[in-house]
Order: sequence, then structure tokens, then C-alpha cells
Amino acid sequence: MLAGAFVAASVAAVTASAWLALGAAILIAVALALLHGVACITYRGNQVVSGVAINILVSGLTIVFGMAWFQRGGQTPPLPPDARFMPIEWPGASALHGVPLVGPVYADLISGHNMLVYLALLAVPLTYWVVNDTRFGLRLRAVGESPLAVDTAGISVAWLRYRAVLICGVLTGIAGAYLSIAQNAAFSRDMTAGQGYIALAAMIFGKWRPLPALGACLMFGLLDAIAIRLQGVRLGGFGEVPVQFIQVLPYVLTVALLAGFIGKATAPRAIGVPYEKEH
Amino acid sequence: MSPASAVVASTLTPEGVAPPAIELRSIDKSFGPVHANCDVSLSIAKGSITGIIGENGAGKSTLMSILYGLYTADGGEIRIGGELAHIRNPHDAITAGIGMVHQHFMLVDTFTVLENVALGVEQGAILKRGFAAARRELERLAHEYGLRVDPDAIVGELPVGDQQRVEILKALYRGATVLILDEPTAVLTPQETDQLFCILEALKTRGTTVILITHKLREIMAVTDAVYVMRHGRIVARRRTAETGREELAELMVGRKVRLNLQKTTFTPGAPALVVEGVGLRDSRGVKVLEDINFTVRAGEIVGIAGVSGNGQSELLEVLAGIRPLKAGRIIVGGREITPGSPADPAAMRTLGVGHVPEDRHRYGMVGAFNACETSILGYHNETPFRKRCLHDHAIMADHCASLMERYDVRPRQPYLKSANFSGGNQQKLILARELARQPKILLVGQPTRGVDIGAIEFINRQLIAIRDAGCAILLVSVELDEVMSLADRILVMYGGRIVGEVPGDTADERTLGLMMTNSWPGVARPDATAMS
Repeated sequence: MLAGAFVAASVAAVTASAWLALGAAILIAVALALLHGVACITYRGNQVVSGVAINILVSGLTIVFGMAWFQRGGQTPPLPPDARFMPIEWPGASALHGVPLVGPVYADLISGHNMLVYLALLAVPLTYWVVNDTRFGLRLRAVGESPLAVDTAGISVAWLRYRAVLICGVLTGIAGAYLSIAQNAAFSRDMTAGQGYIALAAMIFGKWRPLPALGACLMFGLLDAIAIRLQGVRLGGFGEVPVQFIQVLPYVLTVALLAGFIGKATAPRAIGVPYEKEH
Repeated sequence: MSPASAVVASTLTPEGVAPPAIELRSIDKSFGPVHANCDVSLSIAKGSITGIIGENGAGKSTLMSILYGLYTADGGEIRIGGELAHIRNPHDAITAGIGMVHQHFMLVDTFTVLENVALGVEQGAILKRGFAAARRELERLAHEYGLRVDPDAIVGELPVGDQQRVEILKALYRGATVLILDEPTAVLTPQETDQLFCILEALKTRGTTVILITHKLREIMAVTDAVYVMRHGRIVARRRTAETGREELAELMVGRKVRLNLQKTTFTPGAPALVVEGVGLRDSRGVKVLEDINFTVRAGEIVGIAGVSGNGQSELLEVLAGIRPLKAGRIIVGGREITPGSPADPAAMRTLGVGHVPEDRHRYGMVGAFNACETSILGYHNETPFRKRCLHDHAIMADHCASLMERYDVRPRQPYLKSANFSGGNQQKLILARELARQPKILLVGQPTRGVDIGAIEFINRQLIAIRDAGCAILLVSVELDEVMSLADRILVMYGGRIVGEVPGDTADERTLGLMMTNSWPGVARPDATAMS
């Protein structure tokens, strides 16, 4: 995600094309996903170790390359609007804006987001459909529960898992690009700020189901929004709440909620377990 | 690889005019230094049930895994219906019409029966149409072979016998004409076993070739037409089932005479050594795992606990060994009363004279990465003479281990070999030796011969009888009915966490016990009253 964000911002800064930037972000994320795949699937490494290593690597590399290329202390240059994915205004949004109730909902909630946001929303029913109603989804679920059953059914476990990792690469690439060229107008160091882990948390919250995971994401989003709104607000008796305290709230709540809820969530049995055929 | 040097002549005899369904020629397979299959040749007639028997580690499963494409042979060839076949993976095997029911089921527990059956043969990228076809096909198979399972049931919630049917359905749905079953009855009750045999007969009459891998001679005699015997990775004999008997097969399997009936001295019980009263236990979800367990084991007596696995036997053993804290009732042992208010941990139990040979030796009995002499003192490692001030005395440990190995025939006799590198039987002998070395007054034994070859089984059983005769009280838990029946002086049957019946060892028969184990014996209405003697 971080690599995607950085590459997207860099490519956008050089070519001024948001689409090229998105493509580059997906490519780099897929390449890193493949690296993870080679380590964990082919060489049966530990996923956590590989994941942490790649994270640290990227966190450092983005800054190094950023400094070398743009001389801005790890940041990329600010992007002009046409090098970014800008909010799309739906037809009639400004006209309806004045209408009570319907207006704000249509103009601010439905209209006025960039393309990637709609794409993300579309990904939810798409994921649901793929996972539940297609052959690939059936096999994907099976390989997470019992790779041995998949192997004896005559299906390649490694190829299935590689495909899953590649899809993950595409999605994280898009996520990274969203951060740097849609939501913001430049890359800044460690701009993901652990949101990849929050995504993991959302998945566990959602019990590995697409729709509840969307709910979990919206809840995390709400916490983020509250944190932003609360900045600078004076609470009676306390004075102004320090910004840092507010910003930490989503993370604290994540820990609290995970600690409270994780007992009820059952992960696919073979998740994170390398598949070894001979013993 | 050596060319066909010692092929047993009988294996090359063709089975009539039609080409055999399966023919293996000079199959070779090694795992590192272990020569698992050595020049194996066999031929299996179409529409027959053929048994392959052998001790654990004789190479039966490896051979079948090669046929199913899970392993690739180092040498030799496979012919299916007379034609040379190249089987590199299970997909090739399935295409060639080979289906396999593994000892540990290859099912996705969270999937429905339908999803499990269709996995890998979905017929198209979208599931809907393929599922409809699969449902119709399942209906047909259920009708034709009596393999009835609800297609929408979640597999993990089905009883083991039904899960096995799903495995068979999976194979048939893939168009298998040859069905390999690897130790299919290990997890079944006698009744489920009988049902399985009916299904196999039905398959046979419709032309399916069945290969049955087992080490249970009773099953070979009951259903097979022909039988191959494997020993040390080689085929040592082929027999028509009608022309052989259990004694001969057992002899071929181990290579020497084995007494199937243990000679036991008459039993002369002494004073109660272990008294269990009203013991109960709930698991973390609050479900009753043990309920009102009452029994007594006297000195010089073997009490066997029979039951289908998962009916509370494991938990009972763990409570008695002190691994799980006692929650209700009391245990009187070694002159001490153990209650929930005054519990005893495993170390305390040991000092009270309780030895424990755990069911799962890899988890509770030993540390695989430790060498044999460390394993041989586990649990007693703080006692003299192994401890010299705060350090272990390795010389004494090695001597101790060597003498145990000598007395209990643990092979190879290498105190510094890693425990994991011993075979199952030798690991078990070492653990038994360790527990017996302390001359316990009470011995708890769980599945003493699980994963142990016949030679070691015989040895272990003899040892158990010997210490019984020496006055030790033994509580034996086993899912092998034969074992409980031949060892125990008294048999308690557990079902659903309760003791549902008691039978004297010498008059017990498999049918009665099987019915009690499935809670279908008319007399089980009195669950615990008979248990106290």
C-alpha cells in the first residue's frame, strides 16, 4: 500500500497522468505481493515475518527514493488536479444541494467522491459474488480451510494461493494510489500510518465475510472522522483536548474491540499456514 | 536402483484373460535413507476387493499415495487397464479413474456435502449449474449404492461414518472405477464398519475395483477376494482370501508366529488402588464432558475403558493424571483424597504412585527434539539419581536409558538418538519403560498400541499383563476393541461422558460392546450403578 502510494505519487508527478500512476501503483504492489508469495508459498516461510520484512523495507525505500528523486525530505511534489483522481460530481448535485434532506444526502454522501471510492464500494458485492458463487471462490475458501483436501481434489494449492496473493497486490496497489493521488495530493513518509493493519483488523471484525467487513471499515472510518472533528474542541473541565490524544482514539478502540470480539471470530483453519506436501 | 531382483513370483500371475484394473511393476520409493517401497509389483483384478495388509511402516500407504499421485515413484511403472499410465499428481489419478479415501479425511469441514463433492469438478466458472448437476448425481449415487447423506449438511457436523461416505461419494462423483481405502475402519464403530462393508460389496457388484489398506485381519477375512502382504516395503505374499486364514496372514505380516490370544493368568484382585466417585467435568463452553463417573480399580486388575473416541475417555484420563483439574467428585489414590478443594497436579499424582502413558505421546508423552535419554526421565527429571545438585547427571541418565532400552527392547539402542527418530512402537516402549521404571501402584494407559506395529503391540501387552500380575492396578483406555477385550479383566463402556455399561473381560463380545458404545444396548438405562464393584 505504501509502495503503491509512493509510486502513484511519483508517476503522477512525472507524467501528470492519474491512470498511468494507478497502473504503476498496481504493478509495484503486485510485484511486492509476488515477493511475499514466493517467500510464503514456494518457500513456505512465515507470513508474519515476510509481511513485516516487506513493510519495513518499503517504509525505508519509499523515503530513500523520495529523497533521491525529489529532494523534499521524502515527500513527493504536490500534484495538480488533473494528475489526480478528483471528486466526481453527479448530475444535478449542485441543483439539489439546497433541497432539505435529499439534497445533502445526494450531493455530499452519494455524489462528490472520486472514482476509487466508488470502485471500493463496488468491490464489496463483487467480492461477495466471487467468493460465494464462482468456482474460483469455492476453491479459494477450500484452500484456506483445508489445502490437503484441495490437493487431493487434483487442484494446485500453490497456484490458487498465488492467484489470491496477486489479487491482494492489485487491491493494495489501488488502495495506495487512493491515499496519495486521490485523497491527498502527494506522498508523505509513512502515510499509510498502519491502515493496512486496520484493514486486517476490519477483516477479522467482519469475520472474513465481505459485507460485515464493509461495516467494520465504515466503523473505523467513523472513528477517524470523529477524531478529526474533535480536534480543537474544548471539553468542559478539561480545556482543549490534545490533538495526539484524539488521533490515538481509533487505534485504542481497535485494540479494545479486537480484544473483545476476536473470541467470536473463527478464522479459516489453514490461514497463514504454509502447505507442505510430504510430512 | 536395482533391477527386478527379488520379485515374488505370485505377484506376476495374471488374473485371467482381461487386463488387470491396476498393475504396478517394480515400484521403488525412498524418503532419504528410508526405503519405503522396494521393488513392489502387484496386479489387481477388475471388480474385485483386494486387501493390502502390513504392519505400520510396511509401506502400504506410501504405495497407494504413489498410485494416487501424491508422491512420485523413484522407479517402476503403473498400468491401468493394461495401459501404461503417468500419474504425476492427484489430478492425473482422478482422470485415470482412481479415487482415494484417505485415513484422515480430505474434507473441508466448513463446507456442505455438496460443496465438498463438487470441489475440483465444478463444471464451469459459475457454481450454480454445476451444483444442480452434482445434486442430481448425488441423488442417483445414494439410490444406487445406498450412500445416503444430506447434500446440504455441513460436513464438520456429520458423524465420522457419514464423513467417510462423503469421501466415497467424492470419488464416485469423479467417475472412479478404482477406489482405494486407507485404513477406513480406524475411526468407525463396529456397526459403521459393517455398513461400510455393505457399501463395498455394492460397489463390487457394480464393477468398481476396491483396494483396502488395513492392518486388521478381521476386515481382510470379511470382505476381500485377494490379499497382498507387505513387510519392510516389499510384497512378501499374495493369497486368495478363501485359501488363507488370520493365523497365516498374521505370520506373514510380522514374519513369525504371533499369539493372537494373550495368555493371561487368572485374575486375583487385591485392595482398591484407585477409587473414582462422582467425577464430572465441563468443557470451556459449559458442555458436560464427564458426568458422574464412578469406578474402582483394584491392585492386580486391568480395567479397560472402551468407547468410540471422543466420548470422554481422553478427558477422564487427563483428570486422573492431574492434567485437568478435578471439578466435581473425588478420587482416592495412594491413601490421599483428591477433591476440587484439594487438587493434585501431575507431579503430585506421580508421587502418589500413578504412572501415566498418555494417549497422545507426541503431545504429552515426550519431546520429539529431545534425545532418548532425556525422554526416558521426563517427569522424573528432578529426582535422584538423575539430578546432581542443580544439574543433570548425563552419564547416569544414559546408563538408565540404556538399561531401559535393553529391558524393553527399544531399538535402536542409542540413548542419544532424537526421540522423534524412533518408530512409533519404539517411542511407546520407551515411554512405557519410563513409567514402569518407577514401579507405579497405578498405571493409566491411553491407546497403548496406537501407531505401533504388531511386534511391539505384543510386547507392550505382555508387559502390561506382567505388571498386573505383579500387583499394579491398570486403567486402560483404548479405541481398539480387540485390545481392550484381550487385556482387560473388566470392561467399562463410555458413551457421552458417562459409563454406560460394564462387562467382565472374559465374556465380552464385540457385538455387545459395539452396541453399548453407540448407546443402543437395551441394558444401558442404568448408566453407572454397575460400575462400582
